Amino acid sequence: MNSLKVKSFDLRKNVIDMIIEGKGGHIGGDMSVIDILISLYLKNMNVSPANKDDENRDRFVMSKGHSVEAYYAVLAEAGFFDIRDVIAQFSKFGSKFIGHPNNKLPGIEMNSGSLGHGLPVCVGMALAGKMDKKDYRVYTVMGDGELAEGSVWEGAMAAGHYKLDNLCAVVDRNRLQISGCTEDIMCHDDLGARFASFGWHVITIDGHNYDELDAAFAEAKATKGQPTVIIANTIKGFGSPVMENKANWHHKVPTADEYEQIMKDFAQRKEAALNE
Amino acid sequence: MNKIPNRQAICDVLIEQANTDKDIVVLCSDSRGSASFAPYVAAHPDQYVEVGIAEQNLVSIAAGLAKCGKKSFVASPACFLSTRSYEQAKVDVAYSNTNVILIGISGGISYGALGMSHHSAQDIAAMASVPNMRVYIPSDRHQTKCLIEALLKDEKPAYIRVGRNPVEDIYEEGNVPFEMDKATVIAEGTDVAIIACGEMVKPAADAAELLKAKGISATVLDMYCIKPLDTEAIIKAANNAKAVITVEEHSPFGGLGSMVSQVVGRECPKKVINLALPDEPVITGTSQEVFDYYGLNAEGIAKTAMELV
Repeated sequence: MNSLKVKSFDLRKNVIDMIIEGKGGHIGGDMSVIDILISLYLKNMNVSPANKDDENRDRFVMSKGHSVEAYYAVLAEAGFFDIRDVIAQFSKFGSKFIGHPNNKLPGIEMNSGSLGHGLPVCVGMALAGKMDKKDYRVYTVMGDGELAEGSVWEGAMAAGHYKLDNLCAVVDRNRLQISGCTEDIMCHDDLGARFASFGWHVITIDGHNYDELDAAFAEAKATKGQPTVIIANTIKGFGSPVMENKANWHHKVPTADEYEQIMKDFAQRKEAALNE
Repeated sequence: MNKIPNRQAICDVLIEQANTDKDIVVLCSDSRGSASFAPYVAAHPDQYVEVGIAEQNLVSIAAGLAKCGKKSFVASPACFLSTRSYEQAKVDVAYSNTNVILIGISGGISYGALGMSHHSAQDIAAMASVPNMRVYIPSDRHQTKCLIEALLKDEKPAYIRVGRNPVEDIYEEGNVPFEMDKATVIAEGTDVAIIACGEMVKPAADAAELLKAKGISATVLDMYCIKPLDTEAIIKAANNAKAVITVEEHSPFGGLGSMVSQVVGRECPKKVINLALPDEPVITGTSQEVFDYYGLNAEGIAKTAMELV
Protein backbone atom coordinates (compact mmCIF):
# COMPACT_ATOMS: atom_id res chain seq x y z
CA MET A 1 0.00 0.00 0.00
CA ASN A 2 1.21 3.52 -0.79
CA SER A 3 -0.26 5.97 1.72
CA LEU A 4 0.13 8.94 -0.64
CA LYS A 5 -1.78 7.14 -3.32
CA VAL A 6 -4.54 6.38 -0.81
CA LYS A 7 -4.57 10.02 0.25
CA SER A 8 -4.70 11.23 -3.35
CA PHE A 9 -8.36 10.24 -3.66
CA ASP A 10 -9.30 12.28 -0.58
CA LEU A 11 -7.49 15.27 -2.04
CA ARG A 12 -9.23 14.71 -5.37
CA LYS A 13 -12.54 14.93 -3.51
CA ASN A 14 -11.42 18.25 -2.01
CA VAL A 15 -10.69 19.52 -5.51
CA ILE A 16 -14.13 18.53 -6.76
CA ASP A 17 -15.80 20.14 -3.72
CA MET A 18 -13.82 23.33 -4.32
CA ILE A 19 -14.97 23.43 -7.95
CA ILE A 20 -18.61 22.80 -7.00
CA GLU A 21 -18.49 25.60 -4.40
CA GLY A 22 -16.63 27.98 -6.70
CA LYS A 23 -18.87 27.09 -9.65
CA GLY A 24 -15.97 26.40 -11.98
CA GLY A 25 -12.46 25.05 -12.23
CA HIS A 26 -9.92 23.26 -14.41
CA ILE A 27 -10.99 19.85 -13.22
CA GLY A 28 -9.38 17.59 -15.86
CA GLY A 29 -5.85 18.92 -15.42
CA ASP A 30 -6.27 18.95 -11.64
CA MET A 31 -6.84 15.21 -11.73
CA SER A 32 -3.86 14.56 -14.01
CA VAL A 33 -1.36 16.70 -12.07
CA ILE A 34 -2.32 16.05 -8.48
CA ASP A 35 -0.18 12.94 -7.94
CA ILE A 36 2.90 14.86 -9.14
CA LEU A 37 2.14 17.66 -6.66
CA ILE A 38 1.46 15.22 -3.81
CA SER A 39 4.73 13.44 -4.47
CA LEU A 40 6.62 16.75 -4.48
CA TYR A 41 5.02 18.52 -1.50
CA LEU A 42 4.36 15.55 0.75
CA LYS A 43 7.56 13.65 0.09
CA ASN A 44 10.22 14.80 -2.34
CA MET A 45 10.59 18.57 -1.85
CA ASN A 46 12.20 20.28 1.11
CA VAL A 47 9.51 22.88 1.70
CA SER A 48 6.90 23.15 4.43
CA PRO A 49 5.12 25.81 6.49
CA ALA A 50 8.01 25.57 8.97
CA ASN A 51 10.71 26.49 6.45
CA LYS A 52 8.69 28.51 3.91
CA ASP A 53 10.90 31.59 4.42
CA ASP A 54 14.19 29.72 4.79
CA GLU A 55 16.53 30.70 1.97
CA ASN A 56 17.62 27.07 1.63
CA ARG A 57 14.11 25.73 0.97
CA ASP A 58 13.35 24.08 -2.33
CA ARG A 59 11.49 26.33 -4.78
CA PHE A 60 8.42 25.41 -6.80
CA VAL A 61 6.57 27.31 -9.52
CA MET A 62 3.19 26.05 -10.75
CA SER A 63 3.62 26.92 -14.40
CA LYS A 64 0.29 25.36 -15.40
CA GLY A 65 -1.40 27.75 -13.01
CA HIS A 66 -4.91 26.84 -14.12
CA SER A 67 -4.61 23.60 -12.13
CA VAL A 68 -4.70 25.74 -9.02
CA GLU A 69 -7.43 23.68 -7.36
CA ALA A 70 -5.13 20.66 -7.16
CA TYR A 71 -2.34 22.95 -5.96
CA TYR A 72 -4.54 24.39 -3.19
CA ALA A 73 -5.62 20.92 -2.09
CA VAL A 74 -1.99 19.78 -1.83
CA LEU A 75 -0.75 22.99 -0.13
CA ALA A 76 -3.57 22.64 2.41
CA GLU A 77 -2.61 19.02 3.04
CA ALA A 78 0.99 20.17 3.54
CA GLY A 79 -0.29 22.58 6.22
CA PHE A 80 -0.01 25.94 4.49
CA PHE A 81 -3.70 26.73 5.01
CA ASP A 82 -6.99 25.11 6.02
CA ILE A 83 -8.75 23.15 3.28
CA ARG A 84 -12.14 24.14 4.74
CA ASP A 85 -11.32 27.79 4.06
CA VAL A 86 -10.31 26.99 0.50
CA ILE A 87 -13.47 25.00 -0.28
CA ALA A 88 -15.70 27.66 1.29
CA GLN A 89 -14.00 30.63 -0.37
CA PHE A 90 -12.62 29.40 -3.70
CA SER A 91 -13.36 31.93 -6.47
CA LYS A 92 -15.86 33.79 -4.28
CA PHE A 93 -16.08 37.60 -4.31
CA GLY A 94 -13.02 39.10 -2.63
CA SER A 95 -11.49 35.68 -1.88
CA LYS A 96 -7.73 35.25 -1.66
CA PHE A 97 -8.18 31.77 -3.15
CA ILE A 98 -8.45 32.95 -6.74
CA GLY A 99 -8.43 30.88 -9.92
CA HIS A 100 -4.66 30.97 -10.40
CA PRO A 101 -1.75 30.79 -7.93
CA ASN A 102 -1.04 34.03 -6.08
CA ASN A 103 1.99 34.63 -3.88
CA LYS A 104 0.03 36.51 -1.27
CA LEU A 105 -0.87 33.02 -0.04
CA PRO A 106 1.68 31.20 2.12
CA GLY A 107 3.68 28.59 0.24
CA ILE A 108 3.20 30.10 -3.21
CA GLU A 109 6.39 31.64 -4.60
CA MET A 110 5.22 33.22 -7.83
CA ASN A 111 1.97 34.32 -9.42
CA SER A 112 1.17 32.37 -12.53
CA GLY A 113 -1.68 31.93 -14.96
CA SER A 114 0.01 33.03 -18.18
CA LEU A 115 1.52 29.89 -19.66
CA GLY A 116 5.17 29.51 -20.53
CA HIS A 117 6.49 31.56 -17.61
CA GLY A 118 7.32 28.93 -14.99
CA LEU A 119 10.37 27.37 -16.59
CA PRO A 120 12.17 30.68 -17.35
CA VAL A 121 11.42 31.95 -13.82
CA CYS A 122 12.83 28.71 -12.42
CA VAL A 123 15.97 29.19 -14.54
CA GLY A 124 16.47 32.47 -12.65
CA MET A 125 15.88 30.77 -9.30
CA ALA A 126 18.31 27.98 -10.17
CA LEU A 127 20.95 30.48 -11.36
CA ALA A 128 20.62 32.33 -8.05
CA GLY A 129 21.20 29.05 -6.22
CA LYS A 130 24.34 28.42 -8.25
CA MET A 131 25.63 31.97 -7.72
CA ASP A 132 25.12 31.71 -3.97
CA LYS A 133 26.40 28.11 -3.80
CA LYS A 134 23.22 26.97 -2.11
CA ASP A 135 21.99 23.43 -2.49
CA TYR A 136 18.26 24.04 -2.77
CA ARG A 137 16.48 22.54 -5.75
CA VAL A 138 14.01 24.21 -8.09
CA TYR A 139 10.91 22.52 -9.53
CA THR A 140 8.22 23.47 -11.99
CA VAL A 141 5.26 21.63 -13.47
CA MET A 142 4.12 22.46 -17.00
CA GLY A 143 1.20 21.21 -19.02
CA ASP A 144 1.86 19.56 -22.37
CA GLY A 145 -0.39 22.01 -24.23
CA GLU A 146 1.72 24.75 -22.63
CA LEU A 147 4.79 23.49 -24.49
CA ALA A 148 3.60 25.32 -27.60
CA GLU A 149 4.66 28.57 -25.89
CA GLY A 150 8.00 29.71 -27.33
CA SER A 151 9.16 31.02 -23.96
CA VAL A 152 9.26 27.42 -22.65
CA TRP A 153 12.00 26.70 -25.16
CA GLU A 154 13.86 29.92 -24.40
CA GLY A 155 13.97 28.70 -20.80
CA ALA A 156 14.93 25.17 -21.84
CA MET A 157 17.80 26.58 -23.91
CA ALA A 158 19.13 28.69 -21.04
CA ALA A 159 18.82 25.83 -18.51
CA GLY A 160 20.83 23.59 -20.80
CA HIS A 161 23.38 26.32 -21.55
CA TYR A 162 23.98 27.00 -17.86
CA LYS A 163 23.91 23.27 -16.98
CA LEU A 164 21.38 23.84 -14.21
CA ASP A 165 21.39 20.46 -12.49
CA ASN A 166 19.50 21.99 -9.56
CA LEU A 167 16.47 22.41 -11.83
CA CYS A 168 13.83 19.77 -12.48
CA ALA A 169 10.86 20.37 -14.78
CA VAL A 170 7.89 18.04 -14.87
CA VAL A 171 5.58 17.83 -17.88
CA ASP A 172 2.04 16.74 -17.02
CA ARG A 173 1.69 14.79 -20.27
CA ASN A 174 -2.06 14.16 -20.33
CA ARG A 175 -2.31 14.61 -24.11
CA LEU A 176 -5.42 16.76 -23.99
CA GLN A 177 -5.94 20.51 -24.06
CA ILE A 178 -9.05 22.65 -24.18
CA SER A 179 -9.70 22.14 -27.90
CA GLY A 180 -8.83 18.47 -28.09
CA CYS A 181 -5.83 16.15 -28.44
CA THR A 182 -2.47 17.89 -28.03
CA GLU A 183 -1.06 15.97 -30.95
CA ASP A 184 -3.77 17.28 -33.28
CA ILE A 185 -3.49 20.87 -32.08
CA MET A 186 0.30 21.16 -32.02
CA CYS A 187 2.14 17.89 -31.90
CA HIS A 188 4.98 17.11 -29.53
CA ASP A 189 6.51 14.16 -31.37
CA ASP A 190 9.62 12.83 -29.65
CA LEU A 191 9.16 15.18 -26.73
CA GLY A 192 12.03 13.63 -24.81
CA ALA A 193 14.33 14.06 -27.81
CA ARG A 194 13.35 17.70 -28.04
CA PHE A 195 14.43 18.35 -24.45
CA ALA A 196 17.52 16.17 -24.86
CA SER A 197 18.58 18.27 -27.83
CA PHE A 198 18.59 21.31 -25.50
CA GLY A 199 20.98 19.49 -23.16
CA TRP A 200 18.47 18.03 -20.72
CA HIS A 201 18.41 14.68 -18.98
CA VAL A 202 15.06 13.06 -19.78
CA ILE A 203 13.07 10.62 -17.62
CA THR A 204 9.73 9.23 -18.74
CA ILE A 205 7.34 7.77 -16.17
CA ASP A 206 3.73 7.00 -15.31
CA GLY A 207 2.72 10.21 -13.55
CA HIS A 208 0.17 8.42 -11.38
CA ASN A 209 2.67 5.87 -10.04
CA TYR A 210 4.20 7.05 -6.76
CA ASP A 211 7.15 4.68 -6.89
CA GLU A 212 8.05 5.91 -10.34
CA LEU A 213 7.67 9.53 -9.20
CA ASP A 214 10.01 8.89 -6.23
CA ALA A 215 12.57 7.20 -8.44
CA ALA A 216 12.42 9.98 -11.03
CA PHE A 217 12.91 12.78 -8.48
CA ALA A 218 15.82 10.84 -6.95
CA GLU A 219 17.39 10.32 -10.39
CA ALA A 220 16.96 14.02 -11.18
CA LYS A 221 18.70 14.95 -7.94
CA ALA A 222 21.56 12.58 -8.71
CA THR A 223 21.99 13.89 -12.24
CA LYS A 224 24.88 16.35 -12.46
CA GLY A 225 25.83 18.86 -15.12
CA GLN A 226 22.44 19.14 -16.79
CA PRO A 227 18.82 19.92 -15.90
CA THR A 228 16.26 17.11 -15.78
CA VAL A 229 12.81 16.91 -17.31
CA ILE A 230 10.37 14.29 -16.10
CA ILE A 231 7.80 13.50 -18.75
CA ALA A 232 4.97 12.25 -16.58
CA ASN A 233 2.45 10.38 -18.70
CA THR A 234 -0.90 11.03 -17.08
CA ILE A 235 -4.61 10.71 -17.74
CA LYS A 236 -6.65 13.89 -17.82
CA GLY A 237 -9.52 13.50 -15.35
CA PHE A 238 -7.76 10.55 -13.63
CA GLY A 239 -9.81 9.00 -10.85
CA SER A 240 -13.16 8.43 -12.49
CA PRO A 241 -14.23 7.19 -15.95
CA VAL A 242 -16.79 10.01 -15.90
CA MET A 243 -13.95 12.46 -16.54
CA GLU A 244 -11.03 10.42 -17.83
CA ASN A 245 -9.56 11.30 -21.23
CA LYS A 246 -12.39 13.67 -22.07
CA ALA A 247 -11.32 17.05 -23.44
CA ASN A 248 -14.63 18.66 -22.46
CA TRP A 249 -13.69 18.11 -18.79
CA HIS A 250 -10.87 20.66 -19.15
CA HIS A 251 -13.03 23.21 -17.30
CA LYS A 252 -16.32 21.89 -15.98
CA VAL A 253 -18.56 21.62 -12.96
CA PRO A 254 -19.95 18.10 -12.40
CA THR A 255 -23.73 17.68 -12.25
CA ALA A 256 -25.23 16.10 -9.13
CA ASP A 257 -25.38 12.69 -10.85
CA GLU A 258 -21.84 13.00 -12.12
CA TYR A 259 -20.66 14.05 -8.66
CA GLU A 260 -22.25 10.99 -7.11
CA GLN A 261 -20.61 8.68 -9.64
CA ILE A 262 -17.22 10.37 -9.34
CA MET A 263 -17.29 9.98 -5.54
CA LYS A 264 -18.15 6.28 -5.90
CA ASP A 265 -15.25 5.85 -8.30
CA PHE A 266 -12.84 7.67 -5.97
CA ALA A 267 -13.96 5.47 -3.07
CA GLN A 268 -13.47 2.35 -5.13
CA ARG A 269 -9.98 3.37 -6.27
CA LYS A 270 -9.05 4.37 -2.74
CA GLU A 271 -10.17 0.96 -1.51
CA ALA A 272 -8.09 -0.69 -4.21
CA ALA A 273 -5.08 1.43 -3.24
CA LEU A 274 -5.51 0.40 0.39
CA ASN A 275 -5.38 -3.23 -0.62
CA GLU A 276 -2.38 -2.96 -2.93
CA MET B 1 28.64 69.22 -24.69
CA ASN B 2 28.47 66.15 -22.47
CA LYS B 3 29.59 62.96 -24.23
CA ILE B 4 28.20 60.46 -21.73
CA PRO B 5 24.78 58.95 -22.50
CA ASN B 6 22.46 58.15 -19.62
CA ARG B 7 22.85 54.40 -20.21
CA GLN B 8 26.55 54.73 -19.47
CA ALA B 9 25.76 56.64 -16.29
CA ILE B 10 23.65 53.66 -15.17
CA CYS B 11 26.52 51.29 -15.92
CA ASP B 12 28.95 53.45 -13.92
CA VAL B 13 26.69 53.45 -10.86
CA LEU B 14 26.16 49.70 -11.00
CA ILE B 15 29.88 48.97 -11.43
CA GLU B 16 30.54 50.96 -8.28
CA GLN B 17 27.62 49.61 -6.23
CA ALA B 18 28.27 45.99 -7.23
CA ASN B 19 31.69 46.21 -5.59
CA THR B 20 30.01 46.11 -2.21
CA ASP B 21 26.51 44.85 -2.98
CA LYS B 22 26.93 41.26 -4.09
CA ASP B 23 23.20 40.82 -4.68
CA ILE B 24 23.23 43.11 -7.72
CA VAL B 25 22.84 41.14 -10.95
CA VAL B 26 22.74 42.66 -14.43
CA LEU B 27 21.07 40.74 -17.26
CA CYS B 28 21.33 41.49 -20.98
CA SER B 29 19.89 39.93 -24.13
CA ASP B 30 22.97 40.14 -26.35
CA SER B 31 22.66 43.84 -25.56
CA ARG B 32 25.67 44.55 -23.35
CA GLY B 33 27.24 46.63 -26.12
CA SER B 34 24.07 48.54 -27.02
CA ALA B 35 23.46 49.15 -23.34
CA SER B 36 27.02 50.39 -22.68
CA PHE B 37 27.32 47.58 -20.14
CA ALA B 38 30.50 45.93 -21.44
CA PRO B 39 32.59 47.60 -18.69
CA TYR B 40 30.20 46.21 -16.07
CA VAL B 41 30.53 42.71 -17.52
CA ALA B 42 34.32 43.03 -17.41
CA ALA B 43 34.27 44.31 -13.82
CA HIS B 44 31.67 41.90 -12.42
CA PRO B 45 31.45 38.76 -14.55
CA ASP B 46 30.04 36.80 -11.60
CA GLN B 47 27.18 39.27 -11.19
CA TYR B 48 26.13 39.17 -14.81
CA VAL B 49 23.79 36.86 -16.72
CA GLU B 50 23.77 36.71 -20.51
CA VAL B 51 20.45 35.45 -21.80
CA GLY B 52 20.95 35.77 -25.54
CA ILE B 53 18.37 37.24 -27.87
CA ALA B 54 15.35 36.14 -25.85
CA GLU B 55 13.60 39.02 -24.13
CA GLN B 56 10.80 36.93 -22.62
CA ASN B 57 13.37 34.66 -21.01
CA LEU B 58 15.40 37.72 -19.98
CA VAL B 59 12.64 39.19 -17.84
CA SER B 60 11.41 35.90 -16.35
CA ILE B 61 14.95 34.88 -15.38
CA ALA B 62 15.44 38.30 -13.78
CA ALA B 63 12.26 37.73 -11.75
CA GLY B 64 13.40 34.28 -10.65
CA LEU B 65 16.77 35.66 -9.55
CA ALA B 66 15.04 38.47 -7.66
CA LYS B 67 12.71 36.02 -5.94
CA CYS B 68 15.83 34.35 -4.55
CA GLY B 69 17.30 37.54 -3.11
CA LYS B 70 19.00 39.19 -6.08
CA LYS B 71 18.55 42.78 -7.23
CA SER B 72 18.01 42.30 -10.93
CA PHE B 73 18.81 45.06 -13.42
CA VAL B 74 17.69 44.17 -16.94
CA ALA B 75 19.24 46.20 -19.76
CA SER B 76 17.78 45.70 -23.22
CA PRO B 77 16.54 47.97 -26.02
CA ALA B 78 13.31 49.65 -24.89
CA CYS B 79 11.54 48.70 -28.11
CA PHE B 80 11.85 44.99 -27.32
CA LEU B 81 11.76 45.15 -23.54
CA SER B 82 8.48 47.05 -23.46
CA THR B 83 6.70 44.89 -26.04
CA ARG B 84 8.25 41.44 -26.55
CA SER B 85 8.51 40.83 -22.81
CA TYR B 86 5.45 42.82 -21.78
CA GLU B 87 3.61 39.85 -20.29
CA GLN B 88 6.69 38.82 -18.32
CA ALA B 89 6.97 42.39 -17.02
CA LYS B 90 3.30 42.36 -16.10
CA VAL B 91 3.10 38.91 -14.47
CA ASP B 92 6.58 37.90 -13.27
CA VAL B 93 7.78 41.37 -12.26
CA ALA B 94 4.83 43.60 -11.38
CA TYR B 95 2.18 41.06 -10.34
CA SER B 96 4.59 38.77 -8.50
CA ASN B 97 6.24 41.89 -7.02
CA THR B 98 9.85 40.94 -7.69
CA ASN B 99 12.83 43.24 -7.21
CA VAL B 100 13.49 43.84 -10.90
CA ILE B 101 14.49 47.11 -12.55
CA LEU B 102 13.80 47.05 -16.28
CA ILE B 103 16.06 49.46 -18.15
CA GLY B 104 14.83 50.24 -21.63
CA ILE B 105 17.85 51.58 -23.46
CA SER B 106 17.87 53.62 -26.68
CA GLY B 107 14.22 54.39 -26.01
CA GLY B 108 11.75 56.56 -27.86
CA ILE B 109 13.01 57.21 -31.39
CA SER B 110 16.72 56.94 -30.48
CA TYR B 111 17.14 54.36 -33.24
CA GLY B 112 15.65 56.91 -35.65
CA ALA B 113 16.55 55.57 -39.06
CA LEU B 114 16.07 51.92 -38.08
CA GLY B 115 12.32 52.26 -38.34
CA MET B 116 9.27 51.63 -36.22
CA SER B 117 10.32 48.13 -35.12
CA HIS B 118 13.11 49.82 -33.16
CA HIS B 119 11.08 52.70 -31.75
CA SER B 120 9.42 52.57 -28.34
CA ALA B 121 6.93 55.41 -28.48
CA GLN B 122 4.41 53.29 -26.57
CA ASP B 123 6.38 52.27 -23.50
CA ILE B 124 4.96 54.81 -21.03
CA ALA B 125 1.41 53.81 -21.91
CA ALA B 126 2.26 50.12 -21.75
CA MET B 127 4.21 50.07 -18.52
CA ALA B 128 2.33 52.73 -16.57
CA SER B 129 -0.94 50.87 -17.01
CA VAL B 130 0.40 47.80 -15.19
CA PRO B 131 -0.38 47.88 -11.45
CA ASN B 132 2.74 47.94 -9.25
CA MET B 133 5.03 49.02 -12.12
CA ARG B 134 6.78 52.35 -11.62
CA VAL B 135 7.94 54.31 -14.67
CA TYR B 136 10.86 56.74 -14.82
CA ILE B 137 12.36 58.69 -17.71
CA PRO B 138 15.33 60.65 -16.38
CA SER B 139 16.62 63.69 -18.22
CA ASP B 140 20.39 63.97 -17.85
CA ARG B 141 23.21 61.71 -16.68
CA HIS B 142 23.40 63.25 -13.20
CA GLN B 143 19.71 62.75 -12.53
CA THR B 144 19.99 59.20 -13.94
CA LYS B 145 22.73 58.43 -11.41
CA CYS B 146 20.59 59.75 -8.53
CA LEU B 147 17.63 57.70 -9.74
CA ILE B 148 19.55 54.42 -9.86
CA GLU B 149 21.00 55.05 -6.41
CA ALA B 150 17.49 55.70 -5.09
CA LEU B 151 16.09 52.56 -6.74
CA LEU B 152 18.80 50.46 -5.09
CA LYS B 153 17.33 51.45 -1.74
CA ASP B 154 13.98 49.74 -2.24
CA GLU B 155 12.82 46.37 -3.52
CA LYS B 156 9.98 47.30 -5.85
CA PRO B 157 9.69 46.86 -9.62
CA ALA B 158 10.34 49.74 -12.01
CA TYR B 159 10.75 50.48 -15.69
CA ILE B 160 13.26 53.13 -16.73
CA ARG B 161 13.71 54.52 -20.21
CA VAL B 162 16.92 56.18 -21.34
CA GLY B 163 17.93 57.38 -24.79
CA ARG B 164 20.84 56.33 -26.95
CA ASN B 165 22.57 59.66 -27.32
CA PRO B 166 24.35 61.84 -24.76
CA VAL B 167 22.06 64.53 -23.39
CA GLU B 168 23.37 67.97 -22.61
CA ASP B 169 23.78 68.41 -18.85
CA ILE B 170 20.89 70.07 -17.10
CA TYR B 171 22.18 69.61 -13.57
CA GLU B 172 25.61 69.91 -12.00
CA GLU B 173 27.49 66.91 -10.74
CA GLY B 174 27.29 66.70 -6.97
CA ASN B 175 24.57 69.33 -6.84
CA VAL B 176 21.52 67.61 -8.35
CA PRO B 177 18.19 68.80 -6.95
CA PHE B 178 16.85 65.24 -6.82
CA GLU B 179 14.07 64.01 -4.61
CA MET B 180 12.63 60.54 -5.31
CA ASP B 181 9.21 60.70 -6.99
CA LYS B 182 9.18 64.51 -6.95
CA ALA B 183 9.42 66.53 -10.15
CA THR B 184 12.35 68.91 -10.36
CA VAL B 185 11.40 72.56 -10.83
CA ILE B 186 13.82 73.99 -13.39
CA ALA B 187 12.15 77.37 -13.82
CA GLU B 188 9.20 79.16 -12.27
CA GLY B 189 6.83 81.47 -14.12
CA THR B 190 3.23 82.66 -14.29
CA ASP B 191 2.24 82.54 -17.96
CA VAL B 192 2.70 78.94 -18.98
CA ALA B 193 3.69 75.65 -17.33
CA ILE B 194 5.85 73.34 -19.45
CA ILE B 195 6.00 69.76 -18.17
CA ALA B 196 8.52 67.49 -19.87
CA CYS B 197 10.40 64.24 -19.38
CA GLY B 198 13.59 62.61 -20.65
CA GLU B 199 15.25 64.17 -23.66
CA MET B 200 12.50 66.78 -23.91
CA VAL B 201 13.51 68.47 -20.65
CA LYS B 202 16.49 70.31 -22.13
CA PRO B 203 14.48 71.83 -25.04
CA ALA B 204 11.75 72.74 -22.53
CA ALA B 205 14.29 74.58 -20.40
CA ASP B 206 15.70 76.29 -23.50
CA ALA B 207 12.18 77.26 -24.58
CA ALA B 208 11.69 79.03 -21.24
CA GLU B 209 14.77 81.14 -22.02
CA LEU B 210 13.43 81.99 -25.49
CA LEU B 211 10.08 82.94 -23.94
CA LYS B 212 11.74 85.10 -21.30
CA ALA B 213 13.25 87.19 -24.08
CA LYS B 214 9.71 87.70 -25.40
CA GLY B 215 8.43 88.73 -21.98
CA ILE B 216 6.65 85.42 -21.26
CA SER B 217 7.44 83.65 -18.02
CA ALA B 218 7.29 79.86 -17.86
CA THR B 219 7.45 77.18 -15.23
CA VAL B 220 9.44 74.15 -16.36
CA LEU B 221 9.00 70.81 -14.60
CA ASP B 222 11.32 67.85 -15.15
CA MET B 223 8.76 65.09 -14.63
CA TYR B 224 11.20 62.18 -14.62
CA CYS B 225 8.77 60.32 -12.35
CA ILE B 226 5.95 59.35 -14.71
CA LYS B 227 4.54 56.86 -12.24
CA PRO B 228 4.06 57.63 -9.43
CA LEU B 229 3.31 60.98 -11.04
CA ASP B 230 4.06 64.06 -8.96
CA THR B 231 0.51 65.42 -9.06
CA GLU B 232 1.22 68.02 -6.41
CA ALA B 233 3.84 69.67 -8.60
CA ILE B 234 1.50 69.58 -11.61
CA ILE B 235 -1.36 71.23 -9.69
CA LYS B 236 0.93 73.90 -8.31
CA ALA B 237 2.45 74.68 -11.69
CA ALA B 238 -0.93 74.67 -13.46
CA ASN B 239 -2.56 76.86 -10.84
CA ASN B 240 0.15 79.47 -11.32
CA ALA B 241 -0.13 79.48 -15.14
CA LYS B 242 -2.66 80.37 -17.80
CA ALA B 243 -2.09 77.14 -19.74
CA VAL B 244 -0.08 73.93 -19.63
CA ILE B 245 2.15 72.34 -22.28
CA THR B 246 3.42 68.78 -22.01
CA VAL B 247 6.37 67.57 -24.06
CA GLU B 248 7.37 63.96 -24.54
CA GLU B 249 9.12 61.57 -26.90
CA HIS B 250 6.11 59.26 -26.99
CA SER B 251 2.87 58.52 -28.79
CA PRO B 252 0.15 61.13 -28.23
CA PHE B 253 -1.85 58.48 -26.37
CA GLY B 254 -1.35 57.24 -22.83
CA GLY B 255 1.89 59.07 -22.09
CA LEU B 256 2.92 62.02 -19.94
CA GLY B 257 0.51 64.35 -21.76
CA SER B 258 -2.48 62.09 -21.13
CA MET B 259 -1.55 61.68 -17.48
CA VAL B 260 -0.98 65.40 -16.86
CA SER B 261 -4.24 66.22 -18.67
CA GLN B 262 -6.13 63.90 -16.32
CA VAL B 263 -4.73 65.70 -13.30
CA VAL B 264 -5.29 69.21 -14.65
CA GLY B 265 -8.80 68.37 -15.84
CA ARG B 266 -9.72 67.01 -12.45
CA GLU B 267 -7.96 69.44 -10.13
CA CYS B 268 -7.53 72.80 -11.89
CA PRO B 269 -9.17 72.80 -15.34
CA LYS B 270 -7.42 74.84 -18.00
CA LYS B 271 -6.06 74.37 -21.49
CA VAL B 272 -3.44 71.64 -21.90
CA ILE B 273 -1.52 71.16 -25.15
CA ASN B 274 0.26 67.82 -25.57
CA LEU B 275 3.37 67.96 -27.73
CA ALA B 276 4.31 64.42 -28.69
CA LEU B 277 5.22 62.20 -31.62
CA PRO B 278 2.46 61.62 -34.19
CA ASP B 279 0.27 58.52 -34.31
CA GLU B 280 2.18 57.13 -37.28
CA PRO B 281 5.61 55.67 -38.03
CA VAL B 282 7.93 58.63 -37.61
CA ILE B 283 9.95 60.15 -40.42
CA THR B 284 13.43 58.71 -41.02
CA GLY B 285 16.32 60.57 -39.46
CA THR B 286 18.51 61.14 -36.44
CA SER B 287 16.80 61.91 -33.13
CA GLN B 288 17.44 65.62 -33.54
CA GLU B 289 16.20 65.67 -37.13
CA VAL B 290 13.04 63.87 -36.09
CA PHE B 291 12.47 66.15 -33.07
CA ASP B 292 12.99 69.24 -35.24
CA TYR B 293 10.60 67.96 -37.90
CA TYR B 294 7.79 67.53 -35.38
CA GLY B 295 8.52 70.72 -33.46
CA LEU B 296 9.79 68.86 -30.40
CA ASN B 297 12.53 71.44 -29.84
CA ALA B 298 12.97 74.74 -27.99
CA GLU B 299 11.58 76.78 -30.89
CA GLY B 300 8.54 74.53 -31.32
CA ILE B 301 7.72 74.55 -27.62
CA ALA B 302 8.16 78.34 -27.43
CA LYS B 303 5.96 78.83 -30.49
CA THR B 304 3.18 76.75 -28.89
CA ALA B 305 3.51 78.78 -25.69
CA MET B 306 3.29 82.10 -27.53
CA GLU B 307 0.13 80.98 -29.30
CA LEU B 308 -1.39 80.07 -25.95
CA VAL B 309 -0.72 83.26 -23.97
